[in-house]
Amino acid sequence: MSDKIAFSEDRLAKAKEIILRYPEGKQKSALLPLLHLAQEQFGWVSAASMDYIAEMLQIEPIEVYEVATFYTMFHLEPVGKHVIEYCRTGPCCTMGGEEVYDHLKTKLKIEANQTTSNGLFTLKEVECLAACGWGPCFQIREKFYMHLTNEKVDGIIEELSK
Amino acid sequence: MAKGIKILTEHINTPGIETFEVYKKSGGYAAVEKVIKKMTPEEVVEEVKKSGVRGRGGAGFPMGMKWSFLAKPEGVPRYLVCNADESEPGTFKDHFLMKSIPHLLIEGMIVSSFALGAHKSFIYVRGELMYVIRILEKAIEEAKAAGYLGKNILGSGYDLELVVQPGGGAYICGEETALLESLEGKRGNPRNKPPFPAVKGLYQSPTVVNNVESIANTPWIINNGGDAYAALGIGRSTGTKLISASGHIKNPGVYEIELGLPVEEFLYSDEFLGGIRDGHHLKAVVAGGSSVPILPANLFLKTANGEDRLMSYESLSDGGFASGTMLGSGGFIAMDETTCIVRNTWNFSRFYHHESCGQCSPCREGTGWMEKVLHRIEHGHGNMRDIDLLVDVAKKIEGNTICPLGDAAAWPVASAIRHFRDEFEWHVKYPKEATMKGAVYVKEEVLV
Repeated sequence: MSDKIAFSEDRLAKAKEIILRYPEGKQKSALLPLLHLAQEQFGWVSAASMDYIAEMLQIEPIEVYEVATFYTMFHLEPVGKHVIEYCRTGPCCTMGGEEVYDHLKTKLKIEANQTTSNGLFTLKEVECLAACGWGPCFQIREKFYMHLTNEKVDGIIEELSK
Repeated sequence: MAKGIKILTEHINTPGIETFEVYKKSGGYAAVEKVIKKMTPEEVVEEVKKSGVRGRGGAGFPMGMKWSFLAKPEGVPRYLVCNADESEPGTFKDHFLMKSIPHLLIEGMIVSSFALGAHKSFIYVRGELMYVIRILEKAIEEAKAAGYLGKNILGSGYDLELVVQPGGGAYICGEETALLESLEGKRGNPRNKPPFPAVKGLYQSPTVVNNVESIANTPWIINNGGDAYAALGIGRSTGTKLISASGHIKNPGVYEIELGLPVEEFLYSDEFLGGIRDGHHLKAVVAGGSSVPILPANLFLKTANGEDRLMSYESLSDGGFASGTMLGSGGFIAMDETTCIVRNTWNFSRFYHHESCGQCSPCREGTGWMEKVLHRIEHGHGNMRDIDLLVDVAKKIEGNTICPLGDAAAWPVASAIRHFRDEFEWHVKYPKEATMKGAVYVKEEVLV
């Protein structure tokens, strides 16, 4: 058993609105939106969050676990304040993505799936973000950072470190 | 040919086009007015059939025909689901269209839902595009407030609700049955077919799944007629197509082209890609997203028979897989002589291994195996037998899986070896040179 947690008031209202979007008896369709909502609030998706969602949707906890572990967007362990999700797929590499990635790692002094010692940045490698012509690119939460260069990366990291 | 016609992007640069007001002023929602007030659902389906528009997600299946397969049992709801899970490497057109002109998709969804008799329709957007989801939700609210969505649309008695659903990060959910599983709150494992979604889709009800660009074409088809659409393009490649262009070209971005545009014009004209970056030469092209066969530059510009190639379904596939490729999703990746084909192939194979859902052994094991062997060759530890092994593994995946991800993983590997075998052999023969930073094998005769 994990510790009890709960959505904030506005997110709880949002969750209830989401569940009503689907036909009667099909409330399980709300699972991915609710997982996103949990990650938005807590930064990651813990077992406690998953149990809470299962209860809300009246489904078995395993039905949440098997879904949360299938999709790559959900962080199943605590992460830093800013999660940098860096595109490593071919078209971005063609646009110079590998060089910029090396620079980013050197700058942060971490490798993929690590968090900086100050807890500010977690680095993750992701597959194609559908921004190939605007690459190299990475994403932090909902924001896309595109046309990346070493200088641009320096500026972004410095800005977010303030 | 009405050169330069824009069906989807005509108003894309109009300031404020993302708002209902400006979109409406630019002629938007006229198609909704027309279908609701003057047409029957059957007539709408007929126009889309006449247009000859083909599925723009990659498969190229005629959209009107797909619509006509939809089962219509009494008392069972029918669903339209828009596939906005755009994840094929090289493809970013739907992302561009939705963020720039969201109401075009909303209008298309209303027209298409009306045609299919759907009262609740979904737009499944890849979760990474959460900011686009918010743009779409705002557009839906605006359309609702204006009476174009919700109960009793324009006083017609027709009700429609649109739901935007986020994915969770999984390329496989672009496959329509995996998408439906995901929409039901499950892992994105593709379903065995039959039954097809047209009979048993979302919640076991008859369902049509269409790509963003396909649906966005329907307002123009309704306003101008299916025949007018069919008059555009060339042969069975009717209308226009959005091409996402990336790689070593001067002007990367999204372009709407009339199908049949000569490849050479698309590549070199300043109106489009503007040519290869200065001082470099084209080496290879992936014309339709990472899964279609890669072609050396010379075979991309001209078919094996020496004919100029066109941007159309038929011309790009001329020569079959021996010397042709596919239009696919229109994800156009240009590579110049600084590109290492082995490294790029390894990168793509890693992608497919990462994205395989694991349901079918040939794909689950085969994609990992190919990635491992390609990694070995790229990093200077390969041997000659490895090259044939790759061809063999690719062959054993192809056609042996529930969904097309297996084929999509096999084709880039098989085609890279087919056309650039000497480059793989060079890596095996000269591992020291091949693994030096920036080292690339170049065969002059394929460059353009």
